[in-house]
This record gives sequence, structure tokens and C-alpha cells, in this order.
Amino acid sequence: MLNRRTITLNVNGEAHELEVEPRHLLADALREGLGLTGTHIGCEHGVCGACTILLDGESIRSCLLLAVQAEGHEITTVEGLGDSNHLNFLQQKFREHHALQCGFCTPGMLMTATELLNQRTSLTERDIRDALSGNLCRCTGYDHIIAAISEAIAETSGAGP
Amino acid sequence: MTFEVMRPKYVGARVQRKEDPRLLSGSGRYAADVQPTRALHVAILRSDYAHALIRSINLDLARAMPGVIDVIDGEALASELKPLYATSRMPGYKPTALWPLARDRVRYVGEPVVAVVATDRYLAEDARAAIQIEYAALPAVTDANLSLTAQSDFLHPEHGSNLLVSRNFSRGNIEQAISEAFRVVSGQYRFTRTTPVAIEPRAYTAEWDRRLARLTLHSATQAPGIIRDALAEVLELNGPSIRVLAADVGGGFGGKVSLYPEEVIVCFLAQKLTRSVKYVSDRQEDLISTTQAFDQTVKAEMALDSSGRILGIRASILGDAGAYSIYPWTAALEPMQIAGFLPGPYQVPSYEADVQVVATNKTPSGPYRGVGRPGACFILERLIDKAAKEFGIDPLEFRRKNLVQPDQFPYKTGSGIVWDKSGFIECLDLAAEVIDYTTLKDNRDAAKAAGRWFGIGIASYAELTGLGSRMSAAPGMPINTGTESASVEIDATGSVIATFGTASIGQGLETTLAQIVADEIGVRPEDVTIVHGDSAAITHSTGSYASRSTVLAGGAAHKAGKEVREKLLKAAGFLMDCELLELEIEDGVVRQPATNKVLSFKDIGRAVYSEMGRFPLALRQELDLRATSFYDPEFGTTTSATHIATVDIDPETFEVRVLRYVAAEDCGRVINPQIVEGQVQGGVAQGIGVALMEEVIHDPQGQIFTASLVDYLVPSAAEVPSIEAVHLEAFAAGTIGGYRGMGEGGTIGAPAAVANAIADALSHLNIDITELPATPERLFRLVTTANQEKA
Ligand code: FES
Ligand code: FES
Repeated sequence: MLNRRTITLNVNGEAHELEVEPRHLLADALREGLGLTGTHIGCEHGVCGACTILLDGESIRSCLLLAVQAEGHEITTVEGLGDSNHLNFLQQKFREHHALQCGFCTPGMLMTATELLNQRTSLTERDIRDALSGNLCRCTGYDHIIAAISEAIAETSGAGP
Repeated sequence: MTFEVMRPKYVGARVQRKEDPRLLSGSGRYAADVQPTRALHVAILRSDYAHALIRSINLDLARAMPGVIDVIDGEALASELKPLYATSRMPGYKPTALWPLARDRVRYVGEPVVAVVATDRYLAEDARAAIQIEYAALPAVTDANLSLTAQSDFLHPEHGSNLLVSRNFSRGNIEQAISEAFRVVSGQYRFTRTTPVAIEPRAYTAEWDRRLARLTLHSATQAPGIIRDALAEVLELNGPSIRVLAADVGGGFGGKVSLYPEEVIVCFLAQKLTRSVKYVSDRQEDLISTTQAFDQTVKAEMALDSSGRILGIRASILGDAGAYSIYPWTAALEPMQIAGFLPGPYQVPSYEADVQVVATNKTPSGPYRGVGRPGACFILERLIDKAAKEFGIDPLEFRRKNLVQPDQFPYKTGSGIVWDKSGFIECLDLAAEVIDYTTLKDNRDAAKAAGRWFGIGIASYAELTGLGSRMSAAPGMPINTGTESASVEIDATGSVIATFGTASIGQGLETTLAQIVADEIGVRPEDVTIVHGDSAAITHSTGSYASRSTVLAGGAAHKAGKEVREKLLKAAGFLMDCELLELEIEDGVVRQPATNKVLSFKDIGRAVYSEMGRFPLALRQELDLRATSFYDPEFGTTTSATHIATVDIDPETFEVRVLRYVAAEDCGRVINPQIVEGQVQGGVAQGIGVALMEEVIHDPQGQIFTASLVDYLVPSAAEVPSIEAVHLEAFAAGTIGGYRGMGEGGTIGAPAAVANAIADALSHLNIDITELPATPERLFRLVTTANQEKA
């Protein structure tokens, strides 16, 4: 059980060495091992989406992946977007539209939305609602989140909102 | 002193939130994010019996597991600390002993029994699996009616029954109203059990300060002040030995406003082991051990005269408290609020309500956004719609006729609540106008004629917010919920700092309070540092719940801000050698327009604190740039609203889709329109969850079937419609600043509006919606039965 091993995780462009047990979740390794507590854990069973990160650009749930499985991949967490003094474009849209209240779901929402934004296709409100249906927010009622993402997508994909 | 800010610059503006940059960049600090050095981790072994005696507990194997530092059970704790009781002055109320770990007996599935402390969470959970407990099962009671009539196997045998609360309210002559009524409409309504589901599960990190030998509890709580006071009591500590911090909290909704066993456990262990100790619940633990909501059965009848005016309402309310009467709110909170708010915003001359609350072998219930009022509104609005239908009057007109009229304020309701002037009728009209009710009705009729199950639902309600000291948030409760303080100061660097006892749980309090202070003093909101969520920063506070923070803390902020401004002007006037009236303050600069002389706050701060010689001796004695004020609104103020929803039901799958949703609300003066809109939308989304999908389900043995988010459904973006929130600021509230609380309203109106829309969509089958959530399964049964009866 105390079968620990050293792995290297590439997170936000930096390589980190850390010691984990094979059973350690990636979410735990990021939070406890690397101190990257921006990735939140809301359910540990793949439903709430709070732990969403990008693995090689694709959104995944870090509570459903073991840390050892992430070796050799490029991980992006919310800390890899803009910092509090330099919010990136999407983070700014969230702020302008008041798309967060308690902020607990927000890192997961941002990562899912980053993936949508990177696809550079125009999406209807319905598409965005469906794409976000795996990210639960208990505070906002979603309207402002949808508005922030719609506007971000519209402004980057060149299509109208 | 009046509290109209001369030229409000920031109150009323869409100021971007101060808390956003940190929360958007993953730099928030929630309780689980705190990582003290060498922290130990706790795993809790919980009861998997709903009701059983604990025969024996064997911790030996667990103690020997790798990484384990300590393992404690209820007996180990009992010798070291006192149980807590949620007391109440309410006659006949029976409190229950609250031990952090069960002693002798377990009373619900999920009740903490043993705590394991190890060097990491994984190891703590390994050791938990090695604990051996022998239980002797007792009959579980999970039905409130059966609990009421039970003759033996009581949950708390010392009380000799399961009845914890029994109360009666009455006003006017309800017997006469009913016997002389032209019509009586009635029903038996069931508001099933739900759970708050903040996306942040409960988490507590007790940080041990070796140097000062004292504790800081980082808690996912809405009420750091209440928790600090309770922990000081249970652990027998003086105030400075324990500090409760709630820096960022990932949503509360009432689920984080009570004292939890785990808070006591981590603090106890940290003290005992002189190490930091952390507990983070997982979602399953959160779903079975966070206080749950509602769970009442209400029989209600409404008497009406021949013109369709309400003569009276009579109700009997049976509340299911779950296993314990929680601290500090007691088991009485939710059912008593139903009784209190059942007359609603209508003219109800006679009223009687009978309240009984029983213990059952379920998770303790506690406050949830809206507390009692979502249930009260659902029952009342169903009765209103049924009555309107009987009289053949349009539901909107029926409400207009029966609502408290503008010339009737202040209006004392049958339960004794007094409504101050609020836009009852105005909200009704505004909602109707925004949704274009007349056209909507035509559309509905056309849709129904074409065979669609399409319906419109209206719900009007009123609530008391910002309760002062003369209206306790929970009846008979021993804590003071009626005041909040604000301390505002300008320090030696000229910076403005405002300190509050309330906690920010997502409602943007740092921003709205900064807006108020900014206007009072004459700085920009971004230049006001808000300190909150820290029990050590204030003398006394309770926290954020019951839509009180903006009204109470905001009022105190106005008072303290104004006082500091006066002090600032006095100092500036002396330094600039001019009359106070000649001075203006804007964006952190004091100016004398006639001479164009200016002094920055920095200059004034330096002068006051570091260059005191510039002031005459007499002035020096009294000159500081700070003030602390308390605010007690005494009674509170009325927030009112009308919600209108439209739904479409799929006749194949029985899925309900909410198509449009309009909420028109009188929440007094709006500090930040975007934040208000967000509160309404979030509240409505939760109310839609209550109406359509959320339900905690127990089997008869008390096992919870809904212990994951796959089984307990909360609305996602795909199920929630766009919610149109409109505000009416017609009447100034009597509170300082004119604010009314508005954090809960959305959740109050939505279950009723959606239920009424569903009933309207199924009106051709004459179906009454008496039980929520209206899941496809329930609707299928209702429709099948109705069709059989028709045939
Ligand atoms: S924590 Fe991973 S999906 Fe909820
Ligand atoms: S902002 Fe609180 S859960 Fe989304």
C-alpha cells in the first residue's frame, strides 16, 4: 500500500516531480501534492465538473483519473489561465457578466469553456447549455455563465452572438 | 441623522465584483485549500444503521494501521467535552443532546461514530475500514405520521415520545369563517425532503498555532460568529483561543449555517494532538450528513365568501425534523416558518395553524434557502389557484383582489407578522406586463387546443428580511440574530478598511458593502478593503443567512461610514483651515472647490496618526479616523414578488420543461443590479430543482437512496431556462439605506409557480399538484389515475 513512486507531471508548462501512490487521484495530486488548489473537488464521482482540467487540450475530470495516468501529458489547470492581476479574455468575460458567485464551480466552468472556445466554432445558446450540462453550478442559475461564454465565443469565432 | 447618501455614485451601479479576480484565477481560499504544515487528516466512520444501539466498538486494528495517529469514539469524547443543546424559549419544545460522535445509540444513516486521524486522507480511510462495530438494530422510524403515533422505540427515550415541538397559532374566528364560507378549498400537501448541495462539500481545517497554543478553524461556514461562540462553549475555551475563519465559502444555502460534529472533532483533535487537523467531506458524506430541508405534510383549507374573497385559512403542519434538533436553529425552525408565512401576502382575516414536529431516523433537517417559505408559498398558491378555478376567476385577477392592497400597509397577518409597505400588487402587475400575460393566455389556449400540455403558473409571496432584534430568525432561539456591526477606519496610509461579521458565501458582499462604504466616505469601491468572515475581527456577529447581511451590515456600514467621513472632514478642515461645509470628498481626495486646495486621504492619514503636532492638543485627544456602529432594524422589512412561469409537458416522457420564467421583485433599493439579478436567477434555479427533480429518498429502514449526484439530481444548464428578473424600487424600505433582503426569494416563488403551471397544463384532467418534485414518474401516475377516473 505504501507503494509510492515518483512521477513527473507537466502542469501549465512546468514539469513537477512528485511522489504518489498509484491510487492517488490526479485531483488530489494537483491540490495536495502541487498546491494547485484552484482545481476544486465537488463530488469525486465525475458528476459536478468542478475538477475539470485540460489534458492535452481536452477537458477531463481530474477526479476520475489517477495521477500516474497523467504522466507524459500536458495538463492545464485554472492557474494556467490568467492570474488575478492579468485575467485572460474568458476570465474577463466571466467577470463582466457576473458569471460566478461563490466561485467554487468556476475553475471547472472556465476549463470547459476554454475547450469550447478553442474549437472556434459558433455555437447556439442551446449548444452551450448542453456543453455545460456536465458542470454544475448551484449559485448562478447559469444565465450569466451562458452569456459570458456566448459573448466570448462570438467575439473569437467571428460569428454573431 | 439621515442616511440618504447625497449623490450615490456607486450604490445602484453595476460595479464589478472585488472577489472575482481571485476566484477566477483559482486563488480563492476555501476551507479545503488550507494546507497547514504537517496537517493530519480525519476520516469519519458513519453509522450505516438508521437506528441501533452500539454494542461494542473495537478500534485496535485501526490503531495499528500505517500512518494512524489517533482514533476516537463517542465515549472518548464524552469524558472531555460537553454536549450542546439547541435550546429555545418555546413552551413544550424538547431539545436533543448533540454529541459530535454517537454515544450508545445511532439515530440516522450517516451519523458520525468514530474519527480516525492519520498522516493522509487515504491512510485515514484505510484505517476506517478496519474499525469493528457491533450494532443491535432498533426499529427505524422514517415516516413522520408513524413517528407521531409511536408508543415505543423513541429516538430520544428521555422525552417519552418523538414529538419535539407542538404549537398552535390562531387569530380571528376560523371555525366561523369555515362554517359560513361560500366555498372551502382544501388539500393535503407534501413538501418532500431536499438537501442544499452547495458545490463545495463541507470542509474544516483546524490550524494549530504552536506558539500561542491556540486554534484557527478554517470552516466552510456561513456563520463564523455562531460557530466560534458554540465551539468556545463546547471546548470550554475563551474567545481568543479560538478563531473561526471563512475566507471563501463555496455556497451555503443554509446547509452551512449550523454547528456540525466535524467542526468540534477537528478542533478537539487539534488541541489534543497539538497539530493541525483537517477534514474534508466527500459528496456522499455531504449528501447524507449535511442538514436537509423541508419534509412536511400540510393539510390546509381556505374559506372564501361568495365574491371570492378569502375569509380564513386553517392548516395543520407535520414536520419531520430528522434525528436531532440542530444547533442553533432547533427542529422548530422550518415548520414554524411555514405556519408563520402561510397567510402570505393576502388579506386573511382568520387564521389557525397547528404545528407538530417529530424526530425520525433521518439526517437532521435544518435551514435551506427560503426556510419554510418555499413550502408555505407552494401550499398557499395551490389553494389560491384552486379557488380561482372554482370561482371561474382568472388567477391573476384573483390574486389582485385578495392581495393586501396598497392602502392597507402596515398589515398584520394572521400569524402576527407585520408587512411594511411593499409592492405586492405592483409586482403582480409588473410580472404580468413583462411576460405579456394577455397574449400568453391566448397562446396557452391555442396550444392546449392543439393538444399540447402547456401551462402558465403564477406565484406571489412576501417575506420578512433583515430581521431585527424584535423578530428572531428562529422562534425562541437563544442567540441574537438582530444586529450586525461595521467598523470603518482610515489607517495611517490613508487606506479605507471596513470590517464586518457577516460571511461572504457567494453573494458578493465584499462588493456591495464596499459600494456603500465608498459612497459614504468618498472613495472608489476598489479602494475599500473589506474584512469579513473572521470571528477574531469583530466582537460579536452571527453571519449570513435569512437575507439579512445587506440590510444589517449595510445599515451599519452607512452609520460607521458617515461617522468616519465626519471625522475625516474635521481633520481636513483643520489642516486646510476652512469650514467643513466648504469641503467635498471624491475618489479619496478632499477638496475645497473655492480655492482648489486638495488633500489626499494619504496626507490626512499621515497627519492624524504620524504628525499629530499639526493639530491643537484638544483636537488630538479625540481625533482618530475610525468608527464602529451597530445596526438593529428592530422588526425587519418586507420583500415581495410575483413569479410567472410557463411549462410544457411531454405527453410521452412526462418531462416538464420550463420555457419562460419572469420574477418581478420589490427588494427595495438595489445596490448592484447585476448581483441582484444573479441572486434571483440562482434562487429560481434552485426552486426549479425543488419543483421538478430534487428529493432525498429513504427506504423504510432509513437507508438513503440518493447518496450521489447521479441519484440526487440538481438542475444543470440544460434544464434551467433563461430567467428574467425585474425589479421594482417603488417604495423605500424603512431600513437604513432603504434595502430589503433578497437572497432567498427566487427559491421561495419557483416551486409554487412551476407547480401551478403544471396543474394548468393538466387542467383538462383536473389534476391537483399536491406533492413536489413533479417528477415524470409522479406525473405519469397522476395522469394515469385521472384518465382511469374519466373513463
Ligand atoms: S469532483 Fe470531479 S466531477 Fe465532481
Ligand atoms: S458560482 Fe457557486 S457553484 Fe457556481
